[in-house]
Amino acid sequence: MTTVLDKRHGTDATQVAGDVVVHDVEAVNKAERRPLYAARPKVHPKLASGTFRTLKWLVMAITLAVYYGLPWLRWYRGPDLPDQAVLLDMANNRYFFFFLEIWPQEFYYITGLLVLGALALFLATAVAGRVWCGYSCPQTVWTDLMVTVERFWQGDRNARIRLDKEPWRPSKIFKKVMTHLSWLFIGLVTGGALVFYFRDAPTLAVELVTGTAPAIAYLFLGIFAFSTYLLGGIAREQVCIYMCPWPRIQGAMTDRYTLLVSYKPERGEPRGPARKGKDGIVDWTTRGDCIDCKACVAVCPTGIDIRDGSQLECIQCALCIDACNEIMEKIGRPKGLIDYDTVAKQEAKSKGEHEPHKFVRARTLLYAGVMALVGAVMLVVWFNRTTLEINVLRDRNPPFVRLSDGGVRNGYTVKILNKLHEPHVYTLRPDGIPGATMRILGLEDQAEPKINVATDALREIRVLVTVPAASLSALSGTSHDFSIVVRDADTGSEKRRATSFQSGGGNTP
Amino acid sequence: MTKKREIDDVTGVETTGHEWDGIKELNKPLPRWWLLTFYASIIWSVGYWIVYPAWPLANDYTRGIWGYSQRATVAAEVKAGIDAQAAMRQKLDQTPLADVRKDPELLRFASAAGSASFQTNCAPCHGRGAQGFTGYPNLNDDDWIWGGTVEEIHKTLLHGIRTGDDQARAIQMPKFGVDKLLDDAKINDVAEYTMSLAGKASDATAAGRGAAVYKEQCALCHGDDGKGKIDQGAPNLTDAIWLYGGTKEQVVESIRTGRGGMMPAWGPRLDSTTLKSLAVYVHSLGGGK
Repeated sequence: MTTVLDKRHGTDATQVAGDVVVHDVEAVNKAERRPLYAARPKVHPKLASGTFRTLKWLVMAITLAVYYGLPWLRWYRGPDLPDQAVLLDMANNRYFFFFLEIWPQEFYYITGLLVLGALALFLATAVAGRVWCGYSCPQTVWTDLMVTVERFWQGDRNARIRLDKEPWRPSKIFKKVMTHLSWLFIGLVTGGALVFYFRDAPTLAVELVTGTAPAIAYLFLGIFAFSTYLLGGIAREQVCIYMCPWPRIQGAMTDRYTLLVSYKPERGEPRGPARKGKDGIVDWTTRGDCIDCKACVAVCPTGIDIRDGSQLECIQCALCIDACNEIMEKIGRPKGLIDYDTVAKQEAKSKGEHEPHKFVRARTLLYAGVMALVGAVMLVVWFNRTTLEINVLRDRNPPFVRLSDGGVRNGYTVKILNKLHEPHVYTLRPDGIPGATMRILGLEDQAEPKINVATDALREIRVLVTVPAASLSALSGTSHDFSIVVRDADTGSEKRRATSFQSGGGNTP
Repeated sequence: MTKKREIDDVTGVETTGHEWDGIKELNKPLPRWWLLTFYASIIWSVGYWIVYPAWPLANDYTRGIWGYSQRATVAAEVKAGIDAQAAMRQKLDQTPLADVRKDPELLRFASAAGSASFQTNCAPCHGRGAQGFTGYPNLNDDDWIWGGTVEEIHKTLLHGIRTGDDQARAIQMPKFGVDKLLDDAKINDVAEYTMSLAGKASDATAAGRGAAVYKEQCALCHGDDGKGKIDQGAPNLTDAIWLYGGTKEQVVESIRTGRGGMMPAWGPRLDSTTLKSLAVYVHSLGGGK
């Protein structure tokens, strides 16, 4: 029996039906008393059990496993590159995600992913309310983990309430200290896992333990350990209610057709303890199914009463559905007094009509459409991603140099980006400029200069293009447009970049 | 001295007892957390006085036991920066000038260091792009009065031009007009001949007369063909580059006054690594031989 028997109150505990007893609990944000400032009433969530609790355990296991395990996953990219599947290599400005590799100037891929993430969040919210908040938000997952640890050391809701009221004696000190130590340990491991995303995990793990890791690693480990302890262990639902902007935004994301965790007042009211009649049977025809046992409030991680309607504090974790279903089963009433439901369906039901569920509507179509569009754009951009890039910067000062034989020379800084996972050799040539000769600084002794660019690197070279006096007349005006072409000597692929040649029109600079 | 507490009727708040024109001030003390923070800051500042420079004195200031100074911090950072380059600097010191360009990494380092030093020391005369001005040579082109190999550039840098340094480039063109070595007519003739050497429009008769004067007065340094001599610091007169301008009037003025600019010797002013990187940088601008 998971039904709470609040023994402290002894005779005060009211039996509402059979062996179901009223929980001594009140919603923290009850409408009657909402002062402008109030100290936080401590919430002691009771362990629920049922479909959604199981689902939440599963989501917690998966998300935590991904978070802690991902940095240890290996992905071979070649001998000169890191083999960590997900690595944000800040020191070398490379970001690796499995087969993806992103250079700093390609950060728009991350922007695209964030836009997709935001749209997915909107879509999920439009369909089923705050599913992100209720199941997979790190704040929810870690709070759930911290509460589980607290429950392990201090017991479930009633035991914890009792413990809090107890005077400080060794057993209480032990339980409290062990809880906080466990939270701090979880915090440390969380912060520890975070820094692994930024540096080769096996190397950094050894460095962290031996005290040879970079100071920044310890700093971020400390910051995240502390914030995990503070936000997950201490602040908990306060983060969702007061710090997070999402509850404010979500109001605009839901509509009449959004599935929300809701209490069905048309079925539950009038509520009250189920008193048996003379025949020993409760007469359900004259009353609602809600026996006001407050099991739904007791399990709520933000300490609210779902029966007050949809509210900002509700993270839609659905634990109240589990709690209520358990009670309904016990008193022999149909499950689903609290359930995922839509406003439209509830309205229809109260009029005795049936309203089919509408997943497909303008809002969800729009979100899905924009997601498809952004996804398609990203795919196109990704498949057109080049592994060879060239940038050409023409010298501005001096714009051109007149040589003693009357020829004119222009200087260029050329940057060759080799995004391939092995060193490559490139050649350069000017295209579309008659009579011009090209010289690459430092490679003058080669007849056809071969430019070696290391794996996954950028090489900057100085290129001098000279047009002899005799060919100057063949140029179009004082500014002649042409291209510098880089050719991969191994694959034969070419990349060109347009620039111009300044001849000065006979002026001496 | 206990005073009776006075409570304001309207607000129910205690007054301070201060009264102006019948208006009494309510006692609204600062929040306690604010006051505690304030006192804590005062205590903190005492520690600050002890460890950091704090109080001005007549001729000095209290130094603080940590001996902190911003100047020392900057000096340490600059030293750390130079120390971080130690390996490359040493490599540059040990590599012969002509070989620097064979090592791409060293060439990049020397060019970058030289570029920074150039902007500080050379740009005022030669321009930020080393493009030069009238009388100040363009260092990008391939016309070198005193030689364009990296060694020659290095030598010019070390000792300067017409500085009085015994190894400096010292040769000076005679002031043919000012010192009355040639009369104006002859100067005009030589100028015409010089124009013809460069393939510019000239008076053939005057140029013919000038050829004889040239052979007598100029050919020793500028060469019979007018292509100049680097060991004399005598510019090529046949090319397209004119340090003091290539019009007839400018050429006449050059012959009259002898021109002859001056460049400081940088050997005594800059360290050897910097001088070497400057030579590499100037050589790498494109005109280096």
